[in-house]
Amino acid sequence: MPIIINHLNCIYEAGTVREVKALKDINLVIPDGQFIGLIGHTGSGKSSLIQHLNGLAKPTEGEIYFNGEDINDPDFDKKKLRSQVGLVFQYPEHQLFEVDVFSDVCFGPKNMGLSKKETQLRAYEALKMVGMEDEYFYQSPFDLSGGQKRRAAIAGVIAMKPKVLILDEPTAGLDPKGREEILNLIKSLHEQMEITVILVSHSMDDVADYVERIIVMNQGEVFLDDTPKEVFSHQEELEQIGLTVPTVTDVMRRCGKLGLSVDEQVTTLADAKKELLGLYRQKK
Amino acid sequence: MLKDITLGQYYQVDSPIHRLDPRTKLIGTMVYIVTLFLYRNLTIYLIALLFLAMVIKSSKVPLSFILRGLKAIVILLFITALFNLFLTPGEPIVSFWKFHLTKEGISNAFFLCVRLIFLIIGSSLMTLTTTPNQLTDALESLLGPLKKIKVPVHEIAMMMSIALRFIPILMEETDKIMKAQMARGAEFDSGKLMKKVKALIPLLVPLFISAFRRANDLAMAMEARCYQGGEGRTKMKPLHYGMRDGLAFLIICIYLTAAVVLGKYFALPLLFFLG
Repeated sequence: MPIIINHLNCIYEAGTVREVKALKDINLVIPDGQFIGLIGHTGSGKSSLIQHLNGLAKPTEGEIYFNGEDINDPDFDKKKLRSQVGLVFQYPEHQLFEVDVFSDVCFGPKNMGLSKKETQLRAYEALKMVGMEDEYFYQSPFDLSGGQKRRAAIAGVIAMKPKVLILDEPTAGLDPKGREEILNLIKSLHEQMEITVILVSHSMDDVADYVERIIVMNQGEVFLDDTPKEVFSHQEELEQIGLTVPTVTDVMRRCGKLGLSVDEQVTTLADAKKELLGLYRQKK
Repeated sequence: MLKDITLGQYYQVDSPIHRLDPRTKLIGTMVYIVTLFLYRNLTIYLIALLFLAMVIKSSKVPLSFILRGLKAIVILLFITALFNLFLTPGEPIVSFWKFHLTKEGISNAFFLCVRLIFLIIGSSLMTLTTTPNQLTDALESLLGPLKKIKVPVHEIAMMMSIALRFIPILMEETDKIMKAQMARGAEFDSGKLMKKVKALIPLLVPLFISAFRRANDLAMAMEARCYQGGEGRTKMKPLHYGMRDGLAFLIICIYLTAAVVLGKYFALPLLFFLG
């Protein structure tokens, strides 16, 4: 179910000294099944944008079409939209509230009005999908570790079986191992559920390995929108708006400057390893 | 919805009122509040209105922003007015069934509502033009003499400043959690009363947990910086009265005198047109 964003503008606190133009004329098409990285500095408008996508924020101007229907139409079923466009907020573990993990995951499907059986089935599936072990199902969510809490919270959204999954900085505050686990989890969700995934982050390293398209936001505008390779070739512009290319790309570029004949467009660690090993073997 | 509550929010703009010493503003607000309860006649509210209009004008805070704070008490005002209108015993004007609309009721309802509105506008004007830190500094300084009788003035001021400081943070947190739960299909604005109350659980539990977590972190951070109460603590920005404050005190004195004298001797009764 494609999402089309048409001339979207959003102004907060219009008419006061605190007026902020959060989004300026955003035009985007998000087709089915894409894995997208939405990158931007703090305050670039990325969080505002994703809140518009499931109707939590109302645009000042412009339309958003989900599956061909205007989501801000008064007749449009927002509740259904929210189950189809799943939004995982930053630090999603802060929204946990139930007595045990399982009931918390049931919250979403229950709100959709599903039967008890269906609700529990979905919660079970979702928890399995995020790799939660059975022994944690009936523990208090507050007794879990940071990474596990986050998994439980993500499961709470997945249990609604969304067609589009949006995650706002899912790796914030996690250690490198937890970060990688969560990113791999998101990747496998994308593959298993065949859904569109939008991964919001301020770090290129988070997204470089996984996504097929990167949208860079700056001061409420779409700055770049292309494949990772193309986006990372704009290193200088990115640095000007306070972003960096992934560490691997940077390393390869420096190797190139030293006179090594490597591909400087490499964006993933695996490719970089291949390149450097190839070079090493040649030299031998 | 949550943005409607302006009480306890600071409105950043440079104006003569903003630059006043917070103690002046605090005393001024208190004088103003006292005058509101002095008499029950129109004169005093006209004078208060004049005073308020002058302060609002020079504070450069948009009127619409100040009035937004009233939205939160609309229901309270409505109920207050209703109860007073019909349940005050006295000389009936209109009667039906058990309810009598009395003259005393009209006057009670009017004065209560006006007092409430003026109270809210006046006090939110103070918090809009004074940062919470300035406000507690002022309080600590004004309550200073009470230290002699072992009142923990500094601790009280610190608690107040922390509480005020956390209002916007918790408000934002509420908004965030609300949105997160709405993304999971929760509804906060529809359904019957019981359902609405139940719908608050997914909001309140995370909110309390986050408040406790923040309190814990803050206590830790304060102790890590060797905070141990007010004993021997100096200020980075000590308060000083300036010329401006002298002028402000003069205006406050004039206002107080005008309110007391005119309110007493030129009292315009509310019901003079009703006979």
